[in-house]
Amino acid sequence: MRDIKIQVNDLSLYYGEKKALKEISMQIPANKVTALIGPSGCGKSTFLRCINRMNDLIPSVKITGEMLVEGVDIYDKNVDVVNIRKKIGMVFQKSNPFPKSIYENVAYGPRINGLKDKTQLDEIVETSLRQAAIWDEFKDRLDDSALGLSGGQQQRLCIARTLAVSPDIILMDEPASALDPISTSKIEELVHQLKENYTIIIVTHNMQQAARTSDHTAFFYMGELIEMGKTNAIFTKPEKKQTEDYITGRFG
Amino acid sequence: MNSPLPKEPTFTKESLKKQFRLSEFLAEKVISSVAFLSIAIIFLIFIFVFKESLPLFSAAEKVQVQTETQTITGATVETYGSETSTESEPETYGEPAESLEPETYGTPTEELNPVAEESSEPETYGTVTEDLNPDSASEEVVAVDEKVTQNNEGEDRTWSTFFTTEWVPVSDNPRFGLIALLIGTLKVTLIAMLIAGPLAILAAVYTSCFASNRRKEIIKPIIEMLAAFPSVVIGFFAMMVLATFFQDIFGYDSRLNAFIGGVAMALAAIPIIYTISEDALSAVPKTYTEASLALGASKAQTAFSVILPAATPGIFAALLLGVGRVFGETMIALMATGNAALLSANPFESVRTFAATIGSEMAETVFGETHYSVLFFIGSLLFIFSFILNAVAEFYVKGKLIKKFQGK
Ligand SMILES: Nc1ncnc2c1ncn2[C@@H]1O[C@H](COP(=O)(O)OP(=O)(O)OP(=O)(O)O)[C@@H](O)[C@H]1O
Ligand SMILES: [Mg+2]
Repeated sequence: MRDIKIQVNDLSLYYGEKKALKEISMQIPANKVTALIGPSGCGKSTFLRCINRMNDLIPSVKITGEMLVEGVDIYDKNVDVVNIRKKIGMVFQKSNPFPKSIYENVAYGPRINGLKDKTQLDEIVETSLRQAAIWDEFKDRLDDSALGLSGGQQQRLCIARTLAVSPDIILMDEPASALDPISTSKIEELVHQLKENYTIIIVTHNMQQAARTSDHTAFFYMGELIEMGKTNAIFTKPEKKQTEDYITGRFG
Repeated sequence: MNSPLPKEPTFTKESLKKQFRLSEFLAEKVISSVAFLSIAIIFLIFIFVFKESLPLFSAAEKVQVQTETQTITGATVETYGSETSTESEPETYGEPAESLEPETYGTPTEELNPVAEESSEPETYGTVTEDLNPDSASEEVVAVDEKVTQNNEGEDRTWSTFFTTEWVPVSDNPRFGLIALLIGTLKVTLIAMLIAGPLAILAAVYTSCFASNRRKEIIKPIIEMLAAFPSVVIGFFAMMVLATFFQDIFGYDSRLNAFIGGVAMALAAIPIIYTISEDALSAVPKTYTEASLALGASKAQTAFSVILPAATPGIFAALLLGVGRVFGETMIALMATGNAALLSANPFESVRTFAATIGSEMAETVFGETHYSVLFFIGSLLFIFSFILNAVAEFYVKGKLIKKFQGK
């Protein structure tokens, strides 16, 4: 099955005693946008962070089950977490550029991978910024501090920074939640363009956004995966009552 | 649209295989050993200080056996108490109060350095000055007698002698050359900072970026405990243990010297630099760490290319405060640097610092005399210097931090 990128089998996650994800099983298709929706605290972020093993940073976390990416279990003992994260990039809910210049932010990833050549770096910075559709805005102020940018600009810079390490999968945790409608639509546009080359998984609270940007949608509720399917199907005729209630805004 | 880098075949068992990163491994090991070294030093100090007091206990027992009249256990307490005063040689260590009389200054050193004992007459201030030539010694005998009459003449030339290298405050021709003292102070400060800076910062990096929470909870308080060590104890440790230890290694002549003083002061400066650096490192938002790790950076790469640069203002402040501590440290300087105002580039020569000069000479200058004023002038220098250091630390850091974390 070439077009299944990620296969999740019975994945459970515990924060200490608390079971935050309950036997999740799903398939995430390649080169498509998959949206994760669900009420606050249902485990969307937790699940997303499982995919690039960011939960390793929390000492109390225990994970069971399998997370197969192209058939390789990323929780296997022999798998290197650093290599995983190079291939599975992440954009956070709150934009978090480094306190460095715009250029240095984007060049950071290639640099830690050992790239020193200035012309190559310049090239990657330009391509990444172009891909994130902010090259024209930023090309004359690459040496400015990234912290002086607006929230929307910062978020797109973070996306460019992620693209610069040329990952395979991009995880986005409510990337537009703190942004105005214009910045939001820019990011949605971006997501749409990026899916040609990347597999994208995006968490969102915004139903229209999920409907607009994603090909597939997964609905989480209280740590369980309730339903997953084509976005069209989920939004027009959901199979489960809970999904319908949530989408139509009757709870959540 | 094409991705910027040509993509290798992704997600195969091969490409994801666990890698052994040597530099990473070494970095973590080196850094963690530094942290544990700092802790080891603390225990070392305690053990050696305690060890030196052990004879007290055994002596009490011995005497008990010898003087067989006192076999009743009830008398033990008495014996103990009385032995303490006779056997433990009160005029030696840890009794700075005795320093009011000139001849007790060098006493700690007399103990260790029989040569110095000969010259330890009242007129020589820094008993340890081995090369104090007989001429100047006799000169000073005269000076002690006649200092009041010499006073006026000396005052005229006071300023002009400031920039000379000789510090001979009590003489019929007093010279208040501050250069040797200044160089001595800078030498000790430099040595101390070269040792304390890297150690403390690496220990801080370890605790805030590598150590597990449990380790962090152990390491941090222990290193901070070093700050609570009285400087006499550190000075004592340097004098008794470090001096001998490093003499065996480097084989220098003067047992107490700038290097030993520097090492001892590093011990005093480490907890300050460590605490403030650690706070600065921990204050770096966790989101930076997450962003860096999510880009596929290793822990060490994250620590050194994101967290450390983001914390530089705080670490700079920590270093400045460390310098301030070393600059003004008196007791350790008094005990471990040898207290001879020699001008030399050799780190293994005795030196005399500003603070130690005040500490040792203030007690026997005559009120209103030139010497007295000069000491106060040195005091003002110290004050101004530490004021500037603190001000720079404060304002530089505030300015930088604001610029850094809020954009400009
Ligand atoms: N570090 C943590 N330690 C303990 N429990 C946690 C931790 N992070 C999250 N949780 C718990 O796990 C559950 C799922 O949290 P998660 O952040 O995944 O929710 P979410 O679906 O992303 O919510 P939101 O939409 O508000 O972001 C919540 O009940 C939360 O309290
Ligand atoms: Mg969330």
